[in-house]
Amino acid sequence: MLAAILTLTTLGLALGGLLGLAAHHLKVEDDPVVEQVAALLPGSQCGQCGYPGCAPAAAAIAAGEAAVSCCPPGGRALAEALAELLGVEADLSAVDDQPPRLAHIDEARCVGCTKCLKRCPTDAILGANNMIHAVFPEACTGCGLCAAVCPTEGIEMRPERPTPQTWYWPRPEVAAR
Amino acid sequence: MTALRQLLRRPANRIHPLRGGVHPDDRKALAASAPITELPLPARLDLPLQQHIGASAAPLVRKGQRVAKGEPIARAQGAISAPLHAPTSGRVIAIAERPAHHPSGLAMPTISIEPDGEERWHPAITPCDDPFALDPAHIAERVAAAGVVGLGGATFPAAVKLNLGASHPLHTLVINGAECEPYLTCDDRLMRERAEAVIDGARIMAHALGVGGILVAIEDNKPEAAAAIETAAARFDAITLIRVPTRYPMGSERHLVQALTGRETPARALTAQLGVVVHNPATAFAVHQALRLGQPLIARALTLSGAAIARPANLWVPLGTAVETLIAHCGGLTEDDARLVSGGPMMGQPLPSHRAPTTKGCNAILALGAAERAPGRTMPCTRCGRCVEVCPCGLVPLELAAYIRAGDLEGAAERGLHDCLGCGSCAYTCPSQQPLAQYIAHAKGELAARARARRKQAETKALAEQRSARLEAIKRAKREAMARRKREAARKQAEQQTETEH
Repeated sequence: MLAAILTLTTLGLALGGLLGLAAHHLKVEDDPVVEQVAALLPGSQCGQCGYPGCAPAAAAIAAGEAAVSCCPPGGRALAEALAELLGVEADLSAVDDQPPRLAHIDEARCVGCTKCLKRCPTDAILGANNMIHAVFPEACTGCGLCAAVCPTEGIEMRPERPTPQTWYWPRPEVAAR
Repeated sequence: MTALRQLLRRPANRIHPLRGGVHPDDRKALAASAPITELPLPARLDLPLQQHIGASAAPLVRKGQRVAKGEPIARAQGAISAPLHAPTSGRVIAIAERPAHHPSGLAMPTISIEPDGEERWHPAITPCDDPFALDPAHIAERVAAAGVVGLGGATFPAAVKLNLGASHPLHTLVINGAECEPYLTCDDRLMRERAEAVIDGARIMAHALGVGGILVAIEDNKPEAAAAIETAAARFDAITLIRVPTRYPMGSERHLVQALTGRETPARALTAQLGVVVHNPATAFAVHQALRLGQPLIARALTLSGAAIARPANLWVPLGTAVETLIAHCGGLTEDDARLVSGGPMMGQPLPSHRAPTTKGCNAILALGAAERAPGRTMPCTRCGRCVEVCPCGLVPLELAAYIRAGDLEGAAERGLHDCLGCGSCAYTCPSQQPLAQYIAHAKGELAARARARRKQAETKALAEQRSARLEAIKRAKREAMARRKREAARKQAEQQTETEH
């Protein structure tokens, strides 16, 4: 009787101690979720989410401090991907209300200063000194950094317009269930 | 080869059963007795750069330039694309965004031509005496250069389909003369009036594909067309006419192949996987014109019908003619609030603008009167299951719609959303008038838009990474250059010191 109690107690203490040591010494330093979130984010460091860059934003999203829909360039697709990764319910009303935006350069105002193209995180602006600049809509994430630095306020963020190639039927409005 | 032998051995009227389908009132009598007449040359032609599936064409002409009839005005871009040709001689008056032939009414880059009335042909247009002496690949090249696309409405570049012989073992070409959509009679009239040319085009296509057998399938509500084709094809052993029962959607490529061969085309695969390629009779006619006469696709036959059209007709129309010109030619509209539809009433799309141009894929313009439209009062789904009975693809439309209504598009995709061919039988038969086809069209479009957004995000992310790598490299190069300059300066200084010490 006493032998059994002693054996089990020793065993329990020894294993418990071992687990404690392992927890302390073999601790995973980085949260792998942060890395996974960072891999999904656009990586353009635009700061529209309110964090200084994509890495701090990833940390905040993983910690649940920021909403999954906080990234305007990522839009709906990113919000859904993040919601699935983190297993949370995404509030998509915010991203649905705001269609993707694209930078548009007003050629009458552009003075060819190259400030915007130096700032563009995705190289979506083409231009040279004293030449009118232009935006590649395919590469523009709509982050708005260029509009902020334009000295003549010649860059406008316009909502992306559908073309016959991208248009599709809207959801039928159904009153009844 | 065995499949072909099976096809030839069995009696010509043996048709394999199909799942689902509906029997809408065909209303073909409105226009079926009207022969194809040529439309007088309109005062202006608007040619959108995208009239086909694939990449948009790129303009080859400038504003103000004079063009000859049949002259290329836009070239194909990429493997799946098609060029455009001037439908008549005249002057390019604009290259600008104009309302497209599209349910959205959105604008598309369009080349506008003002005809000069001379109908002067381009000198490069040369007839070919014997297309059968040509190399099959060369035929496909000529068909591509002529801008021929699938004229049944799908507008897939015909030459791409003529090259399928290289990647698939083929044995049969099917000419799809089912024309199962109500109201439509232009294929019927073309087969009646130009049967010889349609058969010739089909034989040229069979030569290009390297197949031995041609089946011409015609629904049994078109006995005159079947008789004309039978007479024209009597000289050729390889051609068999098959009368298929009248049932919508018999004209769907994969369903027609199933009716003829008894084999089902796998999901998201081509009928070429079964050794069969399907083309429309109007496409065969266009191939005949492209090869025999050297003429590109610059006009097509289309049906103008519907209760709100004063004189329903079948017209031979230059591409780019405004829809309102066609309607005026047919005596105008008899009802003020007629609804314009491009294509048949089942799969056609509403046309918001009367000024939209006709395009390569437009086989009909319908003006539907009030009596021809569904009252449009949507009632709740009673789960009666009629949509399930009629779905030719074996889907459960009411379930798909429920998923889409709940916003779970992935759930709908898992239940076969992408296998839906969009025939509209479910919405047609629904006693509660649920807009089932629109739910499905919306979900397909939304999923495609999300896929585009994901693709763009991956691409811009790669761009952002490339940029930060480049900036990093520049910084590093600067640092290294600075260090090198410092080392040089230090060495020079040391050398000077040793010199002064000497």
